[in-house]
Amino acid sequence: MADAFLSIQHVKKSFGDVTVVQDFNLDAAPGEFVSFLGPSGCGKTTVLRMVAGFEEPTAGKILIGGKDVTRLKPNQRNIGMVFQAYALFPNLTVAQNIAFGLRVAGVNRADQDKRVAEMLNIIKLPQMGDRYPFQLSGGQQQRIALARALAPSPKLLLLDEPLSALDAKVRVSLRDEIRSIQKRLGITTIFVTHDQEEALSISDRIAVMYQGVAEQVATPFEIYNRPSTKFVANFVGTLNVLEGVVADKDQGTVKVGEGQLAMKGKFNGHKAGDAVTLALRPEAIALGDYPGHDQKLSGKIADVHFLGSVIRVKVAVGKDIVSMDTFNKSTTPPPQVGEPAAITFAARDVLVLH
Amino acid sequence: MTDTTANVSAPAAGNRSVRLPTQWIGVAPFFIFAVLFLVLPTMYLIVGAFQTPDGSFTLDNVFKLFQEDNIRASYWISIKISFWSALLGALAGFAIALAIVRGGLPDWVRSSTMTFSGVASNFAGVPLAFAFLATLGRLGLVTIILRDVFGFNLYATSFNLLSSWGLIAVYLYFQIPLMIVIITPALDGIKKEWGEAAATLGATNAQYWRMVVIPVLWPSFLGTLVLLFANAFGAIATAYAFTGSSLNIVPISLYAQIRGDVLGDPNLGYALAFGMIFITGVANIFYIWFRTRSERWLK
Amino acid sequence: MKKGGHWWAWLTFFLGMGYFIIPLVATFEFSMRMKRGEYSFEAYRVVFASSQFQQTFTYSVVAAIFTIILGVLIVVPTAYWVRLRMPYLRPIIEFITLLPLVIPAIVIVFGYIRMYGTNSWLPFLGTTTGTNILLVIGYAVLALPYMYRAVDTGLRTIDVKTLTEAAQIMGAGWATIIGRVILPNVLIAVLSGAFLTFAIVLGEFTMASLLNRPAFGPYMQNLGANRAYEPAALAIIAFLLTWGCMTAIQFLARYAPKSANRPN
Repeated sequence: MADAFLSIQHVKKSFGDVTVVQDFNLDAAPGEFVSFLGPSGCGKTTVLRMVAGFEEPTAGKILIGGKDVTRLKPNQRNIGMVFQAYALFPNLTVAQNIAFGLRVAGVNRADQDKRVAEMLNIIKLPQMGDRYPFQLSGGQQQRIALARALAPSPKLLLLDEPLSALDAKVRVSLRDEIRSIQKRLGITTIFVTHDQEEALSISDRIAVMYQGVAEQVATPFEIYNRPSTKFVANFVGTLNVLEGVVADKDQGTVKVGEGQLAMKGKFNGHKAGDAVTLALRPEAIALGDYPGHDQKLSGKIADVHFLGSVIRVKVAVGKDIVSMDTFNKSTTPPPQVGEPAAITFAARDVLVLH
Repeated sequence: MTDTTANVSAPAAGNRSVRLPTQWIGVAPFFIFAVLFLVLPTMYLIVGAFQTPDGSFTLDNVFKLFQEDNIRASYWISIKISFWSALLGALAGFAIALAIVRGGLPDWVRSSTMTFSGVASNFAGVPLAFAFLATLGRLGLVTIILRDVFGFNLYATSFNLLSSWGLIAVYLYFQIPLMIVIITPALDGIKKEWGEAAATLGATNAQYWRMVVIPVLWPSFLGTLVLLFANAFGAIATAYAFTGSSLNIVPISLYAQIRGDVLGDPNLGYALAFGMIFITGVANIFYIWFRTRSERWLK
Repeated sequence: MKKGGHWWAWLTFFLGMGYFIIPLVATFEFSMRMKRGEYSFEAYRVVFASSQFQQTFTYSVVAAIFTIILGVLIVVPTAYWVRLRMPYLRPIIEFITLLPLVIPAIVIVFGYIRMYGTNSWLPFLGTTTGTNILLVIGYAVLALPYMYRAVDTGLRTIDVKTLTEAAQIMGAGWATIIGRVILPNVLIAVLSGAFLTFAIVLGEFTMASLLNRPAFGPYMQNLGANRAYEPAALAIIAFLLTWGCMTAIQFLARYAPKSANRPN
């Protein structure tokens, strides 16, 4: 990306003989919100800490606004950071916490107060200036941590799993608030999380990481619908898996259980006799015929859960079990366990996993 | 279950106090013990401090504490020794605690220091005095090494181990470990993220310490300093073993008074004891106050 | 963060180590000098062979055992009862257990001498046995803060309330509950308190001296006034004893039951 604001180039990090981050690359445009998503130990926090300056890369470069910051100390990088444990200074009031970065920079008192008031309004806690952190809830503390990070107008905002320590409901409302503030200020942001719903709902792009490597960097829509690796497909969203054997590569026929599918062009990398794993998202499958669904497999209803507006149905196809949702229709009773059933889907929604 | 059913029996008229006695039987032994052997004896002395030999109320005894040269001097020496051993012990202990918590040292350093501190803080009294005499006394190992190896005759200077400052140096042996044991958890409470947050906000290490660490640790440090003061003030065994009764600290004066009524006035002895309780009591009140403040921030 | 450790940390550590270890080394070296011109354990041999040592050491050990028993009898039921039934008493009890740390031992024993003398209503000091009992009581008071804290922490970890209710629902009576459920779980904590009490009693001087009892503390003090090498040997012995007690406590801590609710 030519006009990337944040550029992480071939960054590698090893601790002794353990390589935690291999060859990580990412270019973030100005004002972009990028999430690092992955399980524990995938290296996402390590990359973030290298961008912040708390860890030094074993190899590679990091550029912020075109400037090489790889060797700079954290307090020289003009970045804002929000931590999972809030990290508010307990001996300072909310106002003093928010003003900390300004005070350190030598800003005069009047301007400090003005900016603090501004930030308190942005995070919608205008009356809390004189409270101490221990008097506040987790959600409030994290918002103040955000205000404190943004008060000195940093060029880059880093968030290290900021919502993991909060209650589910607070998590949802706070993530929306973070996103709207970020958009309003137009600040380039890196957001580390292990919660895929979080990443999917608020990011411009997501970097899915596994074992020190970025498996895929793309928009949420791409990540979900066109996962490029087996890990990404499995990690993000639920996935139904069908085992099959390639019958004819050119015709694209594959034997799945008792049935056979014809999907031209899907198996170009394979030959007849290869075992393949086909994957489908639950919402891509319909019970019975459906316009646009050119593939069909027959099976038996294995399980039915009536959840109200949604009915979760499990269909046994050969040895595999496929999970799918249908909407409740007041005129049609849900299917019975043991009934024969057919599932249909479109060939283009089928993922071939490697 | 039988106890609880008895307790919730319907309160008939005049039966409402049935619940209390059964509960209190469980804690009665403790309170009886505490009252008989802790509270009453102390109160006896405190009351006696304000009485004349024939039992009437007077403030004379307490005044004499300030007027009698001997007594005033002994309080002054005690305060001096307690203050310096507390201050130096607090600073040295803080430095060592800082080293083992933040110094990046290997794990065995911290665990062995904590264990040793637990031992050393209890290693007071007679054995400690001997240990220092064996080190820096006229025939002590260090004295000999200084003389034979470095050609430096310690006792040719006006160095005298058996003095106030000598005692202060000895007291450090249990003051420093006490400080280490108490302040290390407080140092643990200084979260790593605070330092990182301060760094991202542009602060240098010095600024972080000045604006966050020192204000947060201040109450713990002061509280422990005060505790160390009280600890030294009440100690007698070490001093007694060190200098016999020649070093005129308050506990030793009191000891002599109990032994042989050297003051010629038993109520003055009570006043002496009262003075001790007053000073250590006030010190402990400060300690508790500082501790509540620090716990609020280091949760 | 440098991995090897900052230089100032190592420097501080070594300076500290020097201050603490040199006296121990010097004492040990001094204790070995009894025989002219050679190093030997003569001082130790003399000490161990001395009947005074054996008598006073035995006296203090026996006193320690009685102190521990008294301490356990006073503390364990009280701590249990307060946790279970009367949690509002906790602040008062904790305050009382802190008093022995505020009021110096010399003041406490002074109070005893005045209150329980031969003319008083509870003449402990009238007989030798009575004085011995009073000394044990005094020791128990000195050890109270440590014993109570050890037992209270032990009880807190095992969530006494839930255990008691579970046992009651299964039909256990009070004796079974305390004997079979509570005590085994607090045993480690009680033992920790016991070792600390042992260390305190063995080294105690003030009370024993003022009550004129032949305990180990006054014996050491006396020896120091009159002999040269034996006191150094005694100091090493005392240090090793204290070290032994503390190590035992640390060792026990490893076997203490950990709460299932809050895994360490």
